Amino acid sequence: MMAARFLLRRAVPAMRQARCYADAPGASAQMSFTFASPTEVFFQGASVKQIDVPTLTGAFGILPAHVPTLQVLRPGVVTVFSDDGSSKKFFVSSGSVTVNADSSVQLLAEEACPLDSLDLATAKANLEKAQADMVGASDEASRAEVQISIEANEAIVKALE
Amino acid sequence: MFARSSAAVFLPQWYIYFNYRTLMLTIRLKSVKNIQKITKSMKMVAAAKYSRAERSLKPARVYGTGALALYEKADIKAPEDKNKHLIIGVSSDRGLCGAIHSSVAKTIKGEIAKLTGAGKEVMVVNIGDKLRGLLYRTHGKHILINCKEVGRKPPTFADASIIATELLNSGYEFDQGSIIYNRFRSVISYKTDEKPLFSMETVANSENMGIYDDIDADVLRNYQEFALVNVIYFGLKESTTSEQSARMTAMDSASKNASEMIDKLTLTFNRTRQAVITKELIEIISGAAAL
Repeated sequence: MMAARFLLRRAVPAMRQARCYADAPGASAQMSFTFASPTEVFFQGASVKQIDVPTLTGAFGILPAHVPTLQVLRPGVVTVFSDDGSSKKFFVSSGSVTVNADSSVQLLAEEACPLDSLDLATAKANLEKAQADMVGASDEASRAEVQISIEANEAIVKALE
Repeated sequence: MFARSSAAVFLPQWYIYFNYRTLMLTIRLKSVKNIQKITKSMKMVAAAKYSRAERSLKPARVYGTGALALYEKADIKAPEDKNKHLIIGVSSDRGLCGAIHSSVAKTIKGEIAKLTGAGKEVMVVNIGDKLRGLLYRTHGKHILINCKEVGRKPPTFADASIIATELLNSGYEFDQGSIIYNRFRSVISYKTDEKPLFSMETVANSENMGIYDDIDADVLRNYQEFALVNVIYFGLKESTTSEQSARMTAMDSASKNASEMIDKLTLTFNRTRQAVITKELIEIISGAAAL
């Protein structure tokens, strides 16, 4: 499904404009990947094979020579597949991802941490507390805040299980 | 005042303090020594804060350049006829840090003059009380938001998002703007720098945005708001590091100047003390000789 979506996205821009950038994967297949949060840098200008990101419009994978795009992240797991085949998982709370025309990717997360530094029991407890708060929330703003907290905790729990 | 016996050539220590000239010098000497102690301790504090700020600047720099990468790579420029400008000036509340606040204020004043000369509307967001003090008298009508309590603690992402939220809620629909901050170069040098800000419409209508696939208005608005917070965060981090290093150098040179003054004053004090004693001796001896 992701491969088909990838090919479809690449076909459309070629029709929209008479410009050709990445000809085929492998021609300019070097992705410069920067993944950072305000307090920590995970990857800087690294060359990786693929990145899976959870966005507001759905999860998708980014390979070198991906179509340029801007997306906003939602709470979920980012998986980075490096060139040697190993993968690392991180949990991100929110943020943005930019894929530029020169195959550079900037993944900026508001808060991010490696998945193995999260604790399942604490996450479950936080989720239950957030769901209890939802009952007591009265106005729009606090309802929205509690909803965000519920979504984030659900995503953590799902990622850890 | 005191009975002068011809045999009492030995003068007690405290006697000289009753002489007017040495009294003035003693007061001055004491106060300069106090000032030197204070500036030395301020330098130590600034050095500690600086090393902490520099350590947290490294990831913040990567983060900030990542956030600005889109504007550079897509070469986004605002059209010339757009009228509403925004300037965010990043500074802090506390002084004694050299030319940090005045350089930002000077750049802002120059920008305001240039833009109003070209007929555009400009509003300024002041981050830091010192900046407000420098700007409100002459450019008070351009000030949109003032931020206080900046500089006491290291800035966090939450601070930047509070500022951005206030800006977005203020209702000022700017088309483009810039953030003016002090970029940290090294312990002894910083430079006042400027980074661009764009509004959602400017980005959406920019010519190179067409290559970015599948962007709808909602996603772009979220993206822009997040980018605004990132740029403010980056400016805050760089500014604090520059400010602490500038305060360190300023306090260091103040301590050195105070030491020089203390040396000079001590010499003068000793000379004055000796002159007073010699005068007393001469009076006594000439008085005794007259007998």
